This record gives sequence, structure tokens and C-alpha cells, in this order.
Amino acid sequence: MMCDDARLLLHAYLDDELDAANSAAVAQHMQDCTACTARYGTYATLHKALAQPALYRRAPEALRQRWTQARPAVAVKASPRRRRAPLALAMAAGFAGALLLTSPAWFHAWRQPALGDDQVVAEVISGHLRSLQEQHLMDVVSTDQHTVKPWFEGKLDFSPRVKDLASEGFPLVGGRLDAIDGHAVAALIFKRRLHVINLYQWPTEAAANTQVQTQRHGFTVIRWRADGMQYVAISDVNENDLKQFVLAFQNEASTPSTH
Amino acid sequence: MPIDAPDGPLGHDPAKSARFESLVLPYLDAAYNLAHWLARDDADAQDVVQEAMLRALRYFDSFHGGDARVWLLAIVRNTFYTLRAKAPQDALHAALDDDAHPLIDEGPSPETLTLLAVDVGALQTALEHLPPPLREVIVLRELEECSYKEIAAITEQKIGTVMSRLARARERLKTELTCRPKEVRRHDVR
Repeated sequence: MMCDDARLLLHAYLDDELDAANSAAVAQHMQDCTACTARYGTYATLHKALAQPALYRRAPEALRQRWTQARPAVAVKASPRRRRAPLALAMAAGFAGALLLTSPAWFHAWRQPALGDDQVVAEVISGHLRSLQEQHLMDVVSTDQHTVKPWFEGKLDFSPRVKDLASEGFPLVGGRLDAIDGHAVAALIFKRRLHVINLYQWPTEAAANTQVQTQRHGFTVIRWRADGMQYVAISDVNENDLKQFVLAFQNEASTPSTH
Repeated sequence: MPIDAPDGPLGHDPAKSARFESLVLPYLDAAYNLAHWLARDDADAQDVVQEAMLRALRYFDSFHGGDARVWLLAIVRNTFYTLRAKAPQDALHAALDDDAHPLIDEGPSPETLTLLAVDVGALQTALEHLPPPLREVIVLRELEECSYKEIAAITEQKIGTVMSRLARARERLKTELTCRPKEVRRHDVR
């Protein structure tokens, strides 16, 4: 390969857009050609510099407001459930009462997921949206889990799990206090390239469960419980990325907690 | 608190507006980011996005799956050039570009660039100086993280053209960043 060809192809090489043969040819050429290697280094620097979030212009709030019916839509979705509630309640009351008498644990298990799930998802989404507004994202800005975790001390009545997942492609960027479902909760902020992932956690008495995934307004929400904590992850990354994030967090989290 | 109660843009068909909201609205930021870098002005960018979203809503029935982000960004781009065509001073400049600038890159050492490139203001100025056909590919690739295939679909070009424009855009950026670093920076004025 000549330098002239490599000059063009190394951009596609940088963007990971070359097929295997061309990719190998470029790599081979760079081994032999210091000029092209230096060029590649420069463009890699430029590529990285352009990924700075400060260059990405988010839509102004006024424009978003004009096009968002998120809040009314959530209210509309929630209200039919509530309107039906008295009837359902009347029918369920006897049954629930019987259940309560026979097995309180059952009642608890049945009640927990059914009540307020929608509400929690709605609150998580509005919390996430709020966090994306200028200046709302983080109370403590740090990529160091040993800075973020102590920051929560004294601000919450529990100690949140804080993990940096940079090695998995989800760098921790900071933390924040938020409120979900009447609890003060810890929010950890992670990045996936340009996207923000919010991970909420608060203590719960409910038993551990398998994770529940919800899609709404283009966001993916994944909820799960483990070790007495309720976790909710939300982001606009694609659902596979968010699943991978959850998996990474669960793996990381379970390792040190085994006594 | 009703927003835009009777005549809001999403006001008429609840099923359609819900679908639009879940498929297209998540890319409002992407739309604005592209419009901003094309228009290089906040007010113009808002006009472009507003118009593009109205068009998207109008054509939404003809959107049959596929990538909503690519679909919306293509509309944003077309809207920008349509609105811009009414003030055509930029078009000639843009059309000349492909032939006028062969690949050349003899510049200062990479070390200089490392220092300069970290400066967001310098990057912004350099980006704004690129001609629109180069600016759009670099914004779509570097800021929006589109693949070559997606960029080709959005800009209605062949993948080969996307690749060579991207190469040209990066070389031009590098030249801008290393050769005229001390220029007046627009963002300081805002």
C-alpha cells in the first residue's frame, strides 16, 4: 500500500469502517511508515477531542417544551387506572382481606409490584429528563468512586453502592441526590459515549426479583432488586447497551459484597 | 397544566402523536445539534428544527419503520438547505469544494495539535470555518456518532464520497487548528 492510499483509508480505519483485508493492509502499512503512523495519531487525537460533550448542542428547553407532551401523557396513562380503582378495589377487597388473613407475605409480594410501578417509571423518566438540563446533572462531579461514595454520607440514611464501570465502557461521571416514590435516593451518573445513564438506588424491604424492563418515550428503564436495594437504570442508549450496563453493575456489585 | 392545549403540534390524533413522541422526539437533541452546526446560530437552528419537526410530523405516515434518527436528520438537513437556498451566498462556495481542495497535509507536529485540540473554543471556531459539506459529515460522524452508511443515507451520497469528505474535513480541521490558532473566537463574544 502506498501512502497516498493510506492517507484516505486511515480515516476509515480510525472509524472502524474497513473490511478485514483493508484494515490489515492499513495496519501493515503503518508498521512500516512512521509518517502515516504520526498522521493517524493526530487524527485519533482530533477524533477524541471532538467527542467532548461541550461541543454537542442539546435542544433548548423552549423548543423541547413545544414538542413534549411527556407530562400530560403520563397523567393520561395513569388516570384510567385510578378511575377504575374503586370498582377493582371493591372486588379485590374481600379477596385481599382473605389473602391477608391467610398469608401476609403473599399479600405483600402481590401488592409491591402492582402498586405504583407506573408511577415509579414516570418519576424516573422525569428525574432523568431533569438531570439532562443544564446544571442539573450532578451534585458531585468525579470519576472516582472513592470520591462519589463518601459524598453521599450523611445525606442519605443508607450507603449506596458506587462502582466505576469505565473498563466496561460506562465511565462513572458523578452523583446526585434525587427523590423517587417519596424516598430520598442516590443517583449515579454514567456515560455511554455521548449518552447519559442515570442509576437510582434506594433501600427496599421487598425480596430480590428478576429485572423488569420498560420502554417509554424512547427511554429504556430497567428495574431490579438485590441485597435489600431497589435499583432503577434509565437511559436513551439502545436497550442492549443498557442491559449490558446493568449486567456490568450487577457483576461488579456482587463481588465485594460476598462476606 | 396543558401545553399548547387545542392547537399544539401534536394535538390532533392521540395514537399518532404518541407514536411520533416515542419514535421521533428522542432525537430532538440530535436534530438540534445538526441544525446548530449547519446554521451556526441558535435562533436559526431553532427555526430549522421547528420547521423540520413540522415536516416530520406531516410526513410521519410515510415513515415505515427503519432508523428514525437517520430519517429525522435527513429532514433536518434538507430543511436547512431549503431555508438556506432563499439566501444563497453559501451554495457556490459549497459546490466548489470537492475539486478545489486536494488532500494535502503538511502541518506542524502532532504535539501542537494535542494542545490546541483540547480547547473547545478553538475546535468550535475550526468547525464553523469548514464549508457545509465537510462540516455536516464531521458533525454526523464525530458528534452524532453515525456510521458511514448512516451518513450516506442522511446526506444522500455514496459511501465513498462520505469517506473522502470526512478525510478532507479532518485535514482541514487539523490545518485550522494548527495554522490559525490565535483568531478571534466567536464563542467569546456570545
